[in-house]
Amino acid sequence: MSRRARQAVFGTGAAVLAVLFALAAAGLPPFGGDQHPYRDRAVAAALHQATANVVASLTFDLRGLDTLGEEMILLGSVVGAVALLRPRPDEKPHADDKTSRPQQDAVALISYVFLPLTLLLGFDLLVHGHLTPGGGFQGGVVLATGLHLLYLSGGYDALRRLRPLAWYEWVEGLTTAAFALAGTANLVNFLPHGRVQQLFSAGTVPILNILVGFAVGAGAVVLLAQFLTQAITLEGEG
Amino acid sequence: MRILAYGVAGWLILAGAYGMVRSRNLVHVTVCLSVAQSGTYVLLLAIGYQWGAPAPVFSPGSPIKLPVVDSVVQSLAFTDIVVSATVTALLLALAIQIHKTHRTLDPDELQSLKG
Amino acid sequence: MLPAAIALPLLAGALLLAVGRHLPRLLADSAALLIAAAVAVLTGLVAIEATGGRLVTWAGTWRPVGIVLVADPLGAGLACLAALLTCCAMLYSRRYLEDAGTHFHVLMLLFLGGMTGFALTGDLFNMFVFFELMGAVAYALTGMRIEEPGSVQGAFNFAVINSLGAYLTLAGIALLYARTGELGMPQAGVALAGHRADATVVAAFVFVAAGLLVKAAVAPMHFWLADAHAVAPAPVCMLLSGVMVELGLYGVLRVYQVVFAGTIPQAVVTRAWVVLGLLTALVGSLMCAGQRHLKRLLAYSTIAHGGLFLAAAGLGAAGPIAGVALGVAGHAGAKGALFGVCGLLLDRHHSVDEGELHGRGGGWREPSCWLFLAAGLLLTGLPPFGPGLGKVVAEEGAWWLPAVSLLVSSITGGAVLRAGLRVFLGWGRRLPPPRPDQTYGGDESPETEEPLPRTPKSMLAALALLLAGSAAAGVTPRLAEWAGRGAAMFLDRGDYLRQALTGAAGHPPATVPEVGWTTSGVLLGLLATAGALAVAALQLRAGEAGVSEPGPLRRLHLGHIGDYVAWLFAGVATLAVLIGSSLI
Repeated sequence: MSRRARQAVFGTGAAVLAVLFALAAAGLPPFGGDQHPYRDRAVAAALHQATANVVASLTFDLRGLDTLGEEMILLGSVVGAVALLRPRPDEKPHADDKTSRPQQDAVALISYVFLPLTLLLGFDLLVHGHLTPGGGFQGGVVLATGLHLLYLSGGYDALRRLRPLAWYEWVEGLTTAAFALAGTANLVNFLPHGRVQQLFSAGTVPILNILVGFAVGAGAVVLLAQFLTQAITLEGEG
Repeated sequence: MRILAYGVAGWLILAGAYGMVRSRNLVHVTVCLSVAQSGTYVLLLAIGYQWGAPAPVFSPGSPIKLPVVDSVVQSLAFTDIVVSATVTALLLALAIQIHKTHRTLDPDELQSLKG
Repeated sequence: MLPAAIALPLLAGALLLAVGRHLPRLLADSAALLIAAAVAVLTGLVAIEATGGRLVTWAGTWRPVGIVLVADPLGAGLACLAALLTCCAMLYSRRYLEDAGTHFHVLMLLFLGGMTGFALTGDLFNMFVFFELMGAVAYALTGMRIEEPGSVQGAFNFAVINSLGAYLTLAGIALLYARTGELGMPQAGVALAGHRADATVVAAFVFVAAGLLVKAAVAPMHFWLADAHAVAPAPVCMLLSGVMVELGLYGVLRVYQVVFAGTIPQAVVTRAWVVLGLLTALVGSLMCAGQRHLKRLLAYSTIAHGGLFLAAAGLGAAGPIAGVALGVAGHAGAKGALFGVCGLLLDRHHSVDEGELHGRGGGWREPSCWLFLAAGLLLTGLPPFGPGLGKVVAEEGAWWLPAVSLLVSSITGGAVLRAGLRVFLGWGRRLPPPRPDQTYGGDESPETEEPLPRTPKSMLAALALLLAGSAAAGVTPRLAEWAGRGAAMFLDRGDYLRQALTGAAGHPPATVPEVGWTTSGVLLGLLATAGALAVAALQLRAGEAGVSEPGPLRRLHLGHIGDYVAWLFAGVATLAVLIGSSLI
């Protein structure tokens, strides 16, 4: 289609849907109202399970099956990206490493200082996911970010030495499997719940949080590694 | 406030889609898709909002006071974000391979699927 | 049992990723095959058990806050079909994509887990999650042959359109949540029941349906399918075409039945499904007849069949739904076998272009020739086999259905037979090289690492199994009986809500449609096969003129992502107008 025809088709469809959406929004209950039946049940259930972070309770306990699916989407895309970005038969890694250039001192210094801090923050988010905002997904991403500060400070070589990819794939697969096992084989939050707002509370939620954290962290490392490899070390025939 | 919240949500979805229709670069298409998806975040969070209610996290030291804003939609938005990140990763990976095989990312010039 | 059927393939996939590097290929193959077989047995047992009453499980700590899983015969049956197809695909792909290692197996297992979850869940958001899982894995599987220009572009289009559709679905779920405060389908259905169908309800329905209709490749949201099927590796095509598209259809009908049927009258949605279904069948048939790229030809045949299924099942009567259920099973086997043979051709001749392959398929001595032609005949609706039984049972729903079904079967079946006769037996006129504006199926790299000197037995066995399954679907009275019961239960909304929400035992459905061959059915089936043979003969005689699609229609199918997005919005808007106009 020509650009004009394409925009006309889109415009007609979008106009109809925009009207429909506006009418639909006008018919919704008032904005900011107090009618949230599912919320009421979920908050009560979360407190019953001694989980201070209601969102974590929903994610890892009450609607854990969603999170299992979500974990698997993550696993699937990591594996998918690894498979899609595998070197083609006509590509091979660079002989010379063009990233061994000296880093700027200030960047290196800041990265070295922040590396342990970031990792610490990541672990903190993991461990307290059932108490405070945060949790496995966020913590995992922070952990992976921390590791990639190495790239800024020591260059790609330093990152590569500290990042045996096979290990990370292993961690990713194993923690996801453990998550699947712990989360669905039992179907219930089977550990003692403890008291709300304590570190040891919420039953299985903190364990699942930590498992997810490692899975997400390892997944992010593997994923970023594929893109870095594409950008830095692969050379094709043209 | 209703008009603003739902209006922004609808606008983001439409603007993202319009960007995809007009796009001349597949990486741009990927980003537009993320824009359209952010419309769903806004929609979810707008639906769960309640005036005067705090966040649904009773951190240690703070009193357990009800009601809180809808935690269900927050959990949904959270899942949605993970989905968005993964789909973006896959699309970018595909875009890299498309560039390798076609030497272009302009949808007008991709000619391997016709009729 | 239900969570196990979903978690088993997912768990196995994750473990396979962990240990995959150290596993010999044979072991990984067997493990994936075994897991898929175990899921097939599990879901098969669930489906049989469910004919006496739905199986309900709450995944979650507390009954009313968790996610409800509901298995009825049709849902569990579809999950079983997905598992069986995965078995055949794994058997077939023993020599496939060897450079991708066990990653291929991991993705296939996750794909199966996603399909099982989608079929068994009774929760809208959970459905969205499994929809996305199916999607994300399928995009990667489609783009597996990274050195093929078409492959990566097809996967990109597939991913963008399906994701955009999924986000519209999510917006619909959000609107529904705002209105009802529920995410579970039965809970939302109860909350909506008896209310007037106002703009919010219509919008929620239209948006929720959008993503599912994209998955089901309903025109004008079907464009991605031909691109994705044309380029995906053959074992992936078996799953995409055989069950994923049909799952989209299942999803949209299920959501309507459970959530919206108490609010939006059946007659209103029936009109929309019939209009969209007939449009899809028409577009699919026309495009199918004009293809010379074998896998695209099969893809358009899937689109046409999907349209037929939508029009028939959309009538909302038990008989047609039972027919569609059988038809889906029969179609999956026959189409899977056809895609498998295309994979063999691609391996041997590096081409799936009908003209280039003229007479090079190997003649009568070649088993794949028999497989291809037999599968083509099955697809036309030849009695007494599966696809035929499905069609004739579904046709009893409306007076115009037999005519439409006859046309679709004759045209698409005729195109398949034409291609088979030309490729394997060298019949018909020679085709000139394709025009520069046609998708060229030649000069493609094979999907196997090395050319296979002889067709491996495992591949032929997989294809024979697919074909046997497709045929058996028509001659197994028990299966037909189950389909009839399943269809009746699928439509029994009150019983679904009661069982899902209270855990009560299921009531047997009041009336179960008779499903089986009748004299007129046999005649119609024979007529469709004869029509297909006639179409094939005409096209073979016509030579190049036999393989050209109508220009204006073809110009819409150019693989341009902007076009596809525009048509997606136009399609959803059409649905909105069709539903909305009759409610005002």
